[in-house]
Amino acid sequence: MKASAHIVAEADGRGGTRPSVLRGESPLLLRRTGRRGGGDLTVHLVGGAAGPLRGDDLRLDIEVGPGARLTVRSVAAQLALPGRLELPASRLAVRATVAAGGTLLWAPEPLIAAAGCHHLAATEVTVERGGTLIWRDDLVCGRHAEPSGTVKTEVLIRYGGKALYRHELAIGPSAPGWSGPAVLGGGRAAGTVVLAGPSLPDARLLGGDAVLMPLAGPGMLASAVGPDIRAVAAALDPLCVLPCLPLESLAA
Amino acid sequence: MSLATLLVLGDGRLPSGGHAHSGGLEAQVAAGRVHDVASTGEFLLGRLVTSGLVAAVFAAYSCARVDRWDELDAGMDARTPSPALRKASRAQGRALLRAGRAMWPVATIGRDPHHPVALGALANAAGLGPLEAAVAAAHGTVTGPASAAVRLLGLDPYEVHALIARLAPECDRIAADAASRIGDPVDDLPAAGAPLLDIGAELHATWEVRLFAS
Repeated sequence: MKASAHIVAEADGRGGTRPSVLRGESPLLLRRTGRRGGGDLTVHLVGGAAGPLRGDDLRLDIEVGPGARLTVRSVAAQLALPGRLELPASRLAVRATVAAGGTLLWAPEPLIAAAGCHHLAATEVTVERGGTLIWRDDLVCGRHAEPSGTVKTEVLIRYGGKALYRHELAIGPSAPGWSGPAVLGGGRAAGTVVLAGPSLPDARLLGGDAVLMPLAGPGMLASAVGPDIRAVAAALDPLCVLPCLPLESLAA
Repeated sequence: MSLATLLVLGDGRLPSGGHAHSGGLEAQVAAGRVHDVASTGEFLLGRLVTSGLVAAVFAAYSCARVDRWDELDAGMDARTPSPALRKASRAQGRALLRAGRAMWPVATIGRDPHHPVALGALANAAGLGPLEAAVAAAHGTVTGPASAAVRLLGLDPYEVHALIARLAPECDRIAADAASRIGDPVDDLPAAGAPLLDIGAELHATWEVRLFAS
């Protein structure tokens, strides 16, 4: 299955954000959710079909304009499943751009690597200087009590024209050492939040195997590993909140 | 290419401060995840295919294109989210440059570059090629934590060296892969990460008493 979806969020000139493009196709369906008339636009991804399965080639493009505030979530976890072996690995490419003064919170439900899956998740985010980004990705290594499938995630986040964060994680039978003590240490879930922009929290330990650390550039990374997704969510959920709108913009 | 020169570059006795770092092993020993020869072997494999691959790629690239060292150094920054690991890599890069300058006419590449970038510059100055730089980098990501495991856990040094020997073919494969990436845009180069190495390094940096610097 080949599918694409596209979100363009732009400031409506009255302190709010409107979707000038909101177009998806199964399995990448998009629904506007939440209260209208607030400052933010919230969009949920709704899985319109099982998968991704081997052979699927999915693409999501997100554009956040100057002054726009967009939150993207999903209604359910993404379950990467096996498919016909002769087909290529399933693939989801997410590309996002955030203009100066724009804000994007990406906080979907986790990606679950079901036994036997072979999936590639490629993320490329470009934020102009003065833009704000909160980018969350969680990964669960297999459904309950099953071995993990093969997933590779590739992330590149650029801020102000420079690579801020470049990371890959490979799990499953074709990734040597992945469950060993250098990588996930037997943990079945891992998650990250990249925060970038003019206003950043202080570095701190988040409890257990989770820390919030300053990147070399203008951003922070929270990284968490846990026995299950609950431990990861407990560490990372509090970071996935959009900064409040300035009062003057609400009054306008 | 001189084989003896490669041995000089890869020698653990090279006075470049590597003995002060455990490559993240001390944190995982404290967490109880590394406790015997088998778990040490799993740690070394995981480190080799993640940090080892990245180090090999950047060392090979730096050897081939030492003029692009600052772009490569920024690429290492983007791949090293832990400030404790950035500090450890730069401290080791600086120490390696100092040792290297006593041996060969190393190009000017800043005061404290990331270790793989410095290693590539040394290899270039020594007349070695990118593949040799890569194999020295990959091998070094294994031998440092292996000797730390012997010290921290009192493991049998023969058994630990057997682990290193078993990983040698994987080091060669990674080095060949690394050398084939020269010329690619830096953003496209491998960035294999290991979450517990980053998290462990940050936890380790908060300890008041530790045997190794990282």
